[in-house]
Amino acid sequence: MTRRQSYEGVAVAVPVTVPYVRYSTHSAHWFIGHALDALVKASGIRKDDIDGLCLSSFSLVPDTAVGVTQHMGLSPRWLDHVPTGGASGVMCLRRAARAVQSGDADVVACVAADTNHVDSFRQTLGSFSNFARDATYPYGSGGPNSIFAFITANYMRTYGAKREDFGRIAVAQRHNALANANALFKKPLTLDEYMGARPIADPIHLFDCVMPCAGAEAFLVMTEQRARDLGLAHVVIRGAIERHNAYAEDPVMVRGGWGVDRADLYAQAGIAPADLDFIQTYDDYPVIVMMQFEDLGLCEKGEGPAFVQTRGLTYDGDMPNNTSGGQLSGGQAGAAGGFLGMTEAIRQLTGQAGARAVKDAAVGLVAGFGMVTYDRCLCTGAVILGKPQ
Amino acid sequence: MTMPLMRPKRKNPVLRTRQMNLPPWQRTRIALGITAAAAQGRFELQVCDDCGAVQYPPREACHKCLSPRLHWREQTGDGELLAVSTLHHSNDLFFRERLPWRLGLVHLDAGPTLMVHLHGEVPGEAPARVRVGARLDRAGQAVLIGFPQDGSAHMADDKMLREMTSDPKFRKVLVTDGKTAVGQAVVRALVAAGADIVWVGHAEPWKNFGGLEDITALAQVSLVPLDLTNERSVSQLAGAIGGKVDIVVNTAEVHRTFGIGARRGTDVARAEMDINYFGLLRLAQEFGPALKGRSADGATSATAWVNLLSVYALSNFPPHGTFSASKAAAHSLAQCLRAEMRPAGIRVINVYPGPIDDEWNQHMPPPKVAPSALANAIVKALRDGVEDVYPGDVAQEWLERWRDDPKVLERELATNGG
Repeated sequence: MTRRQSYEGVAVAVPVTVPYVRYSTHSAHWFIGHALDALVKASGIRKDDIDGLCLSSFSLVPDTAVGVTQHMGLSPRWLDHVPTGGASGVMCLRRAARAVQSGDADVVACVAADTNHVDSFRQTLGSFSNFARDATYPYGSGGPNSIFAFITANYMRTYGAKREDFGRIAVAQRHNALANANALFKKPLTLDEYMGARPIADPIHLFDCVMPCAGAEAFLVMTEQRARDLGLAHVVIRGAIERHNAYAEDPVMVRGGWGVDRADLYAQAGIAPADLDFIQTYDDYPVIVMMQFEDLGLCEKGEGPAFVQTRGLTYDGDMPNNTSGGQLSGGQAGAAGGFLGMTEAIRQLTGQAGARAVKDAAVGLVAGFGMVTYDRCLCTGAVILGKPQ
Repeated sequence: MTMPLMRPKRKNPVLRTRQMNLPPWQRTRIALGITAAAAQGRFELQVCDDCGAVQYPPREACHKCLSPRLHWREQTGDGELLAVSTLHHSNDLFFRERLPWRLGLVHLDAGPTLMVHLHGEVPGEAPARVRVGARLDRAGQAVLIGFPQDGSAHMADDKMLREMTSDPKFRKVLVTDGKTAVGQAVVRALVAAGADIVWVGHAEPWKNFGGLEDITALAQVSLVPLDLTNERSVSQLAGAIGGKVDIVVNTAEVHRTFGIGARRGTDVARAEMDINYFGLLRLAQEFGPALKGRSADGATSATAWVNLLSVYALSNFPPHGTFSASKAAAHSLAQCLRAEMRPAGIRVINVYPGPIDDEWNQHMPPPKVAPSALANAIVKALRDGVEDVYPGDVAQEWLERWRDDPKVLERELATNGG
């Protein structure tokens, strides 16, 4: 296999969040427009300077990134629409970075946005994929809850994880969310409250689930030179990987595609997992966070429960995870959930994380995980971001 | 162990009768292959002709070798249960009204991993051996169910399974004609299956055929006046019992021999059509809406409609030519009835026997379907939730020939049977 080329010379800057709301009567375009406007205002560039657009959205249908160019009056010379949901942050960044490196675009706006009407979630589930329509939705119509209930139950049985172990992840993220004004959940969460929550799909209980909401996340990708010229605080890409439909032979998901490529990820970055100052995992369900600790090499397979028992996962702990509160405590704004870790990592590495800043953070990892078309998530990706050398 | 279903309490007449919200019925066209097999009681998955890989969910190309040559093949369904979950929340009204609901993830020995509804006798802890079967759900679409390897005596009473099937136990049934050997056998089989009440239609009470006394002696059976040639008669009976009937079994038929040239005039053909086709139409217009209104009415809801058709409905059998034509008409109308009953979740079961061992098939050589065997096939179809039944060796052979090539069958029947 050919080694991935480096991402040298690429800067990632201007993390933008359009505040989340539980429900909105606006369409996805409204959130995209606000995100682009915020990118322009925060960067000081002109709208016409955006000559690349990389978009991710579910609720934009039947529009795609194409219709958005006319809607927003953009005329990019490079355009991409990334359908990988929770992995779209990593994947938009990888594509945008290559466009900038090759000169296909100078400034790429990466935007993920989704609206959430009162009945959106239910309507999305039944038509999410052909496989979902044929082989999962007719079985109780629980949506991803039932799939991840199987994955969680199997993980617990195989590796001896307890509900309390998953609770530690949720409780730590809630602690982080309390230092994030944009997080939808404002009240502290105790382990007792986590354990006492009502069951949704055994062994999944209420605080294992994310709350669908509306919102947007965005950032800019350009050359480091351009970022310096504009005076923009930025981070660099130390390494990045993606993988789809990995380990298809596993009868039930016990590992994600990160494991296939992680050696290359750390080799690109020239660091070991222990060198990471924080990690932003994809947290649709706590079991997936635990799998990322394992599959990204922070601990061995099956040691996830011990890892969360011994490490401090809050922003002031020794292994900060999802320092914004993640989706579990912040809300899941559709595809923007796949960008949440990215904007948070940029903030952490550029001194914009405020009260939840990880002390002396210089390098962090963002993982993505997306698209349950049938019985598991198919898209996995990860990127290591660092302060400019 | 499934706890045996107890006789439900009498319905409180003050309460609103719950209406049906169907489970999700949308499927891709390719996935309807599972439904087509399940409608006849089989569990089939696509298998690759080139590499033998078993596919699921249904698809257009082999996931191993990319071959487009995927064909439906019967599966044993044996597999290992990997995980169990009980849903306490659903986004769909059908399930929301029936929570909690058990689901399983099964790794079939044949390869694929399946999400299934879980029978109550399958243990709550994985791993366990299970057998997966396909059943039609209330929307008439196939779903996969994880069954225990060895079921107990009352496994049909499982709440989830009873929702998918049309078990006559504790149900009230109308059998439209009790004077024929088939009608009487069906009545006996339904009583044996635990039916609560069997109303038996009796068109011409002044005619005394044999056997009626035997079935009316059964405590569950009561004779009701019903003449399918008379709209008023059908309407009056529907007014009297329509709101209580859970299952209609239409056994009424007129069967005379000969085709076109051997009998003058149209009187006999007209009489056949009047019962076999128009009789079904009259019955469906009066009883159809009543069944649809009670399709979600608890453990003994209205559930099914059974039509006694004939394998001659598929292709004309010239020695019984006009009878075949009337059954073909009824077959077509039954498809319409199925479509119209589907939104309420009422299953229409079409039964296509070969020659029945009765007086109108006197000259037919064996094998012929015994009325009791036909009756048992009907009860089995209700219990198993299948919708097309071809009882007897002759019907099975015709079906195979018809599937193989309807044109060849037509020529065979013209030269051998005409």
